[in-house]
Amino acid sequence: MEKMSRVTTALSGNALTGRTMHCHLDAPANAISVCRDAAQVVVAGRSIFKIFAIEEEQFVEKLNLRVGRKPSLNLSCADVVWHQMDENLLATAATNGVVVTWNLGRPSRNKQDQLFTEHKRTVNKVCFHPTEAHVLLSGSQDGFMKCFDLRRKDSVSTFSGQSESVRDVQFSIRDYFTFASTFENGNVQLWDIRRPDRCERMFTAHNGPVFCCDWHPEDRGWLATGGRDKMVKVWDMTTHRAKEMHCVQTIASVARVKWRPECRHHLATCSMMVDHNIYVWDVRRPFVPAAMFEEHRDVTTGIAWRHPHDPSFLLSGSKDSTLCQHLFRDASQPVERANPEGLCYGLFGDLAFAAKESLVAAESGRKPYTGDRRHPIFFKRKLDPAEPFSGLASSALNVFEIEPGGGSMSWFVDTAERYALAGRPLAELCDHNAKVARELGRNQVAQTWTMLRIIYCSPGLVPSANLNHSVGKGSSCGLPLMNSFNLKDMAPGLGSETRLDRSKGDTRSDTVLLDSSATLITNEDNEETEGSDVPTDYLLGDVEGEEDELYPLDPEHVNPEEPEYVLPQEAFPLRHEIVDTPSGPEHLQDKADSPHVSGNEADAASLAPVDSSFSLLSISHALYDSRLPPDFFSVLVCDMLRFYAEQGDVQMAVSVLIVLGERVRKDIDEQTQEHWYTSYIDLLQRFRLWNVSNEVVKLSTSQAVSCLNQASTTLHVNCSHCKRPMSSRGWVCDRCHRCASMCAVCHHVVKGLFVWCQGCSHGGHLQHIMKWLEGSSHCPAGCGHLCEYS
Amino acid sequence: MAEGESEVRWDGLCSRDSTTRDTALETIRQIILRKSECLRSVKETPYRPPDEFSNAVSLDELNKLLAHLLMLSKRCPFKDVREKSEFILKSVQELGIRIPRPLGHGPSRFIPEKEILQVGSEDAQMHALFADSFAALGRLDNITLVMVFHPQYLESFLKTQHYLLQMDGPLPLHYRHYIGIMAAARHQCSYLVNLHVNDFLHVGGDPKWLNGLENAPQKLQNLGELNKVLAHRPWLITKEHIERLLKAEEHSWSLAELVHAVVLLTHYHSLASFTFGCGISPEIHCDGGHTFRPPSVSNYCICDITNGNHNVDEMQVSSAGNISVSDAFFEVEALMEKMRQLQECRDEEEASQEEMASRFEIEKRESMFVFSSDDDEGTPARDVSRHFEDTSYGYKDFSRHGMHVPTFRVQDYCWEDHGYSLVNRLYPDVGQLIDEKFHIAYNLTYNTMAMHKDVDTSMLRRAIWNYIHCMFGIRYDDYDYGEINQLLDRSFKVYIKTVVCTPEKVTKRMYDSFWRQFKHSEKVHVNLLLIEARMQAELLYALRAITRYMT
Repeated sequence: MEKMSRVTTALSGNALTGRTMHCHLDAPANAISVCRDAAQVVVAGRSIFKIFAIEEEQFVEKLNLRVGRKPSLNLSCADVVWHQMDENLLATAATNGVVVTWNLGRPSRNKQDQLFTEHKRTVNKVCFHPTEAHVLLSGSQDGFMKCFDLRRKDSVSTFSGQSESVRDVQFSIRDYFTFASTFENGNVQLWDIRRPDRCERMFTAHNGPVFCCDWHPEDRGWLATGGRDKMVKVWDMTTHRAKEMHCVQTIASVARVKWRPECRHHLATCSMMVDHNIYVWDVRRPFVPAAMFEEHRDVTTGIAWRHPHDPSFLLSGSKDSTLCQHLFRDASQPVERANPEGLCYGLFGDLAFAAKESLVAAESGRKPYTGDRRHPIFFKRKLDPAEPFSGLASSALNVFEIEPGGGSMSWFVDTAERYALAGRPLAELCDHNAKVARELGRNQVAQTWTMLRIIYCSPGLVPSANLNHSVGKGSSCGLPLMNSFNLKDMAPGLGSETRLDRSKGDTRSDTVLLDSSATLITNEDNEETEGSDVPTDYLLGDVEGEEDELYPLDPEHVNPEEPEYVLPQEAFPLRHEIVDTPSGPEHLQDKADSPHVSGNEADAASLAPVDSSFSLLSISHALYDSRLPPDFFSVLVCDMLRFYAEQGDVQMAVSVLIVLGERVRKDIDEQTQEHWYTSYIDLLQRFRLWNVSNEVVKLSTSQAVSCLNQASTTLHVNCSHCKRPMSSRGWVCDRCHRCASMCAVCHHVVKGLFVWCQGCSHGGHLQHIMKWLEGSSHCPAGCGHLCEYS
Repeated sequence: MAEGESEVRWDGLCSRDSTTRDTALETIRQIILRKSECLRSVKETPYRPPDEFSNAVSLDELNKLLAHLLMLSKRCPFKDVREKSEFILKSVQELGIRIPRPLGHGPSRFIPEKEILQVGSEDAQMHALFADSFAALGRLDNITLVMVFHPQYLESFLKTQHYLLQMDGPLPLHYRHYIGIMAAARHQCSYLVNLHVNDFLHVGGDPKWLNGLENAPQKLQNLGELNKVLAHRPWLITKEHIERLLKAEEHSWSLAELVHAVVLLTHYHSLASFTFGCGISPEIHCDGGHTFRPPSVSNYCICDITNGNHNVDEMQVSSAGNISVSDAFFEVEALMEKMRQLQECRDEEEASQEEMASRFEIEKRESMFVFSSDDDEGTPARDVSRHFEDTSYGYKDFSRHGMHVPTFRVQDYCWEDHGYSLVNRLYPDVGQLIDEKFHIAYNLTYNTMAMHKDVDTSMLRRAIWNYIHCMFGIRYDDYDYGEINQLLDRSFKVYIKTVVCTPEKVTKRMYDSFWRQFKHSEKVHVNLLLIEARMQAELLYALRAITRYMT
């Protein structure tokens, strides 16, 4: 330890210098090791064993240890290690199973010191004790690890891994007695050097051979392992069970792993096959390497950091017969080439995208708004907390969540349940449905309903005075201005858009106002009688069906005219309408605060799940010849229905079909109608909307559809006493001559809806039971049960 | 034939559900009976079967069906199918139609039928294996029946084979079978060729291709060269071979396809070794596996002849075992003694480095000359594999001339580290499967030797494995090749050499003359080692070439 610290001080005195360089070897290298003075490196391979001095500009061959006339297999090195305490001491592992030590201090040409021939198979790894001068450890293919004391002729102790072969052995840097060994079967074992009988701990680290391991130089107990399964794993060995801390997935089997000095989370890896590059990973960023060295043309077989306290110099040897020194600052950084953009849909229709920080940052001035816009999408901005290479490839992540249920089909269910399809005048139906659609945020649909209403019944209703009035207002007070929000404004907060539609409705057809405020009942019959010569705005009808068309108005209009919008309108309280749109005023506020909200949400708008194309209608001039007969539009309406059906919104198609009834039916061929009906009914039934589906069946005019609820209408009932089927009548059993279902309240036979308590099984007429339970919570039969009706 | 095949659907029988099998079989029964009926009516009118073409065709069809039924009645792992098939055959016979009977003596000509597990008497584990195999292939082939001596290995073998032939892979199904045929034909292994010709047609292969490699697409023709070199002299494979395949414009192979093809080729080369090494008989439903002749006529079988192995040998087997019991007994004892000695003196006497190196060279050179003395040079490569008569395919007898085989050092390129990674990269999961298979084959032991128990056979197994690799020039730095000489006697070496290099020349005499006292299961075990070692050797050379091409 003292020595180490001295090195550090020495280093601080004259820091390492050098450049990225390489030199050619005569043969492929299998392993390299660095002398502790960081000035020499030894390269070993099948037919090479040389020491090179690392100089400023180049490698200089200092010594060839392969001497002798005949090359011996003892010199065919699988591994080499330089003692970190004694710069004269080296050890090699030979492919024929011999462990050789070398003493550079020997005066003769042959520096070979000792020969241990105890292993029967190839020795894969040798390792010196980090602080003890004479202790050497070896791991071999034969499954044994041997500990040698260099002062003795043979091994001190033998450790049996009880497995095929040992791929790596490493003394722990901090624990004097501990070493780790990795095995071909995927296990890692921890041994105490004093206890050769059994290992301290064993766990399976990889699937397939574990080729290498390395103890963290600072973090006591961290062990990195690399295996054939292309993974690098970092284990915390201090806990009772080895805990996997990090896992890096590489693209090829991992041959070597070495922690980077002075960088707590960095480690270097090289691969055994296919991939020739050396990677330096930040274990916390397991997907993109922090740095990459691409100098080698064949697989890299050995890597070593030049100095235990200098993180910038990496040495490597390769099968392509070169020895390289890599400078960290010259490394290529894959991060720079990474494309930090991504886009993905979630399971429930959520959308997330990540984009380069710089792109998103440009709009950071808009941040205050992000919080407000909850409806219907969330706009989250989250910076990746990635210190390792922040700034290089950090990207901002944006997540758009669809309002709960928005991505699901809940709108479908709601719509189905709330739509009114019959039983009221057409105008009312249309208004009701438009309202429903609007409340569900489906503005296009809402608008369609409104238009239908205009087409088919608006000309009749409004007294001309009112019309006049409203039109006058429209032109003077700038009601249409409400339509003139910049398009971009609408999408993020659909609320604003909703309001738009409303206001549009207001301006366009005063009947809406009348209906809602003055509750005038409109009468379809006066259609023809009405205000023909008045400049009305229901000419808007002529754009119905073209929801795709946009009429963006100049944004400048917004500001000057907006204030007028909030002015109380005489006679027709426009506010009334606005009030039921909760988000409306807030948005208004937003807009008032900042006239150019739009830019901020431009992207959000385009990503909004709702179709952002709705017509912005401006009433720039009024059409006078509004007397076009409804038939005139029927072609358009039919087109529109087909459009909806093709869009997958068969609900709309069918609902309109039912509501309009005869008005359009003749224009659509029977088969198409039937097709729509059956699809819609099918959908309804999938959502278990039995009542709605039945109503649709009932209202359908198609023969094939309406007979659907005529089939299998029989309900078989069993007698509650004798358990036999009651064949003739549903309420009296033929056999036991008893009435099966008596009302507990009125004591009469129930022939219609029978409701009973699942707790006490008493029941009766639905009405009676409901009434009873309003007053009492006990069972009407007097059994004492506390029935619940829900 | 195609028509007959399409009419009768056998796949229903592969179901694990007995009712499905029952219905399928019932349909088959009706078809067969109808055919027989109509055939008989034709027959009866002109008394003797007329040689009219149409009639011959329908008879031919019927016979194929009957042969298949015969196979089912003997080899189906499901009892109900076996019984019912037999019943159908009987009822056909009652109609006056001649039914086939199996030829030969069980799945192997070398191993007496009684030694081999009978279908129906297997234990649960084996039954599961059989059922799997049957479900996948619609048959239980003789190879499976012989390999079931070692169920642990068989499981891995079947899994690998199934994956190679039927699961995800870059090559289309018919290509896979065709490559199998190509590989088996290299060794004139009619058994495998027949088997895969049927499969090839079944998966929709073009029958024209079967007329010879020149009828197959150019892409497959290109593979012929690799097939040839790989089968006989894998050490000659260079990256140029690979490059020629990968860069052939519109006929080029992709790397993944090539790896798939290489795995298939090596698999079938070594399987051919197994087929000959264990004397696998033709399948009952294939040509030469059954006869319609009454038993009295002759026991003559095409395949027996082509392999220089007449039925007469069969008679000798039983006696051969008894001839020199004492002799053989000493053999085992001597082998055990040698193993003991080697074990003991290993630590004492250390051979010098030079000696170690030369031992390998000697063994390698010697292995070139090891050949059975009774191997008649004149044996022409008979066209057993009728589909692949192609003169350019002629077997090149290199070994005779003591050709120099370069040394391949396993420490520089081994399966575990390099081969596996490459295969798994290009053909995912297969690396894992093959790796498992190698491991099982290499480590398989029951700690028995002939009549001895609790023997550590690892030394012997390693000697066999390394001897085979040695023949291919693959050297383990950490192995003393002197051990091989001590442990493997000449007749054993002859057998190994023949099975691995020229399997078509294996005779029953060779099989019988090595390790005479050992059990058949042990000889099958040896064969497993042989084929896996061979496969690994071929793979190593091919994969090394691919790696070199890639770098």
